[in-house]
Amino acid sequence: MKSPIRLERRLKQPRWLNWAIPFISLLGALIVGAVVLLATGKNPLDVYWRILDRGFLSKRSITGTLRTATPLAFTGMCAAAAFRLGVINIGGEGQLYVGAVGAALVGLWLGGSVPVGITIIVMVVAGMLFGAMYASIVGVLRSQFNTNEIITSLMMNYIAGIILNYLIFNSRSYWRDPRSVGFPSGKPLDERAHWPSYELFGFGVSFGFLIAVVAAIVLWIIYKRSRLGFEIGIIADSPRAARYVGIRTKWTIVAVTAMSGALAGIGGASQVGDFAHYLDAKGLQLNNFGYTGIVVAALARLNPLGAILVAVLLGGLTNAGYSLQGPDFPSGLVGTLQGLILFTAVAGEILTKYRLRANRAASKAVTA
Amino acid sequence: MNSNIFIVIAWSAIFYGTPLFFAALGGVFTERSGVLNLGVEGMMLIGGVTGAWASLHVGGSAWFTLSAAICIAMAAGAVVAALHAFLCVTLKANQTVAGLSITIFAGAVGLSSYFANIWKVAEDPVTRQIRRLDVFGLADTPIVGPLLFNHTILTYLSWVMCAVASWYLFRTKIGLQLRAVGESPQTADAMGINVVKYRYIHTMLGGALAGLGGAFYSLAIVPTWVDGMTKGAGWIAIALVIFGFWRPGLTLLGAYLFGALQSLGTVLKSRSFDIPGDVLDALPFVMTIVVLVLVSTRFAHKRIGAPAALGVPYEREER
Repeated sequence: MKSPIRLERRLKQPRWLNWAIPFISLLGALIVGAVVLLATGKNPLDVYWRILDRGFLSKRSITGTLRTATPLAFTGMCAAAAFRLGVINIGGEGQLYVGAVGAALVGLWLGGSVPVGITIIVMVVAGMLFGAMYASIVGVLRSQFNTNEIITSLMMNYIAGIILNYLIFNSRSYWRDPRSVGFPSGKPLDERAHWPSYELFGFGVSFGFLIAVVAAIVLWIIYKRSRLGFEIGIIADSPRAARYVGIRTKWTIVAVTAMSGALAGIGGASQVGDFAHYLDAKGLQLNNFGYTGIVVAALARLNPLGAILVAVLLGGLTNAGYSLQGPDFPSGLVGTLQGLILFTAVAGEILTKYRLRANRAASKAVTA
Repeated sequence: MNSNIFIVIAWSAIFYGTPLFFAALGGVFTERSGVLNLGVEGMMLIGGVTGAWASLHVGGSAWFTLSAAICIAMAAGAVVAALHAFLCVTLKANQTVAGLSITIFAGAVGLSSYFANIWKVAEDPVTRQIRRLDVFGLADTPIVGPLLFNHTILTYLSWVMCAVASWYLFRTKIGLQLRAVGESPQTADAMGINVVKYRYIHTMLGGALAGLGGAFYSLAIVPTWVDGMTKGAGWIAIALVIFGFWRPGLTLLGAYLFGALQSLGTVLKSRSFDIPGDVLDALPFVMTIVVLVLVSTRFAHKRIGAPAALGVPYEREER
């Protein structure tokens, strides 16, 4: 039995592939998605056109897209930062929740009693710290006991969700609005703890999105220019070699996992400061920002600057999903498409290692 | 039925542990062939939704409908697993991210929810449910009655499967060859074993069992379709494979331990024990981490049972 296509190992990776692969992956996902839609009796062109329209084609939709892109940029960088080291932190979801808890805590505490600027800075820092501490549990278990971080970080997501429910629904915590009796909700922040938003080219841009852009640049510089970035590269390629040359592998694992959690934590802080203005236990858990962040990281090929672009792209898809939700736009469709994008992005990585050759052409080449 | 609380918890451990065991047993087969499957949660949900659909739409007697539902759920799980095998075996992709992509694609807000939505599965409880049996009329016997003679047919099937799986893995030639593929695909290949075929078949078998576990949720435990109804059971199943040291018997014990933890909330709440519900809800997840840490420290250097080539794509050229 001979397959029509053969894989041939590449000896070196051409640079254009870095750009081409995400596009090929995206195209592949759209094609496979079209097959799913056709098989279930939907018109793919119609569905895609409506997504494009609602996600990207008006000022209002772009503003909404940037709003959704903000948390995705953070969770995307969270996943990318850890994956780069070979630590599969899929706990961005939980780290985002915990970051939101931390930011809401200081926001409620300081809001109105100190200048706005200080409140905001402290909220960002609290989100970072809470996210970093929560993630470092995973990092310490991995580096000290060699515990599988994939499963622990995922379990921590469920635990973080339960913590949120406890704080808002099942207790009389500091975060809960004491006036909400019938349906419990979070205590609203003082207006002087709301994060500013800006008008850029006619689109509304949140303060959180700007932090994301700055964080991406800082991260990129860390990778390209710093000693830590250099060591991360070596550990990812060969942990043994890294140990032999005296790199503190264990310390780096904990530090990078904490950094990764800090990024997701700012995403959570931005949810509180930019958008909800209270600890929204239900809303945070509805959106799956953490899991979508994994898709962002994979499609961006773990590049932090790429993660911002991809976050806007997937933010548009998610945002269109929100506004189209209805009888003729089934709820799982956006998630399915996101899963397909991750699927084809993983499959697309094969092009970095191999080239595809038609089997017959190859045998001709050998005889020639 | 005997209502002593320990009996109720022990019975629930078996009831809630059954789907965990199916999914984890699937994981044992898959990982024994050297393929890491993190898509279990997604495969369970696909099995759950297709099983629920079949129980609503396949006509005939209850037995026929339920058998069909189970077969359809297993087939659907196997199809999703075939995608995973395609990524991991044929395309030699990163198995971790490939599995994640399956779970996101098929999972709680993905294809399973999409199917439930367009098939309108979630609106009614499933008409045909998998019910508890009264085997030999012994269900009312004290203690052993509820524990041994008052389960669903699938629980009895799982006991048979556990025995068959142990025999298959450790007493048959194919099982030996399967383990060889997971330990050292190069050697297996040199022996003339078709590595690709073994990996595809056992990944799909694992997917089928995950689908069966998912169908147990939608047909017996809940029993109706709810988006994301497995609530992380697939991930606990992956951890169970590690706790069970890749052996079916130990995996069964682990599944019942976690079945007990999962049911504890429901059981204690129904008896108005004064324990915060959230603590009980978090218990299975916290315990997964605790047990995982214990297993990884104590036995890390011995790696009892872990297939040596787990998670490593096999490439012939790279001997």
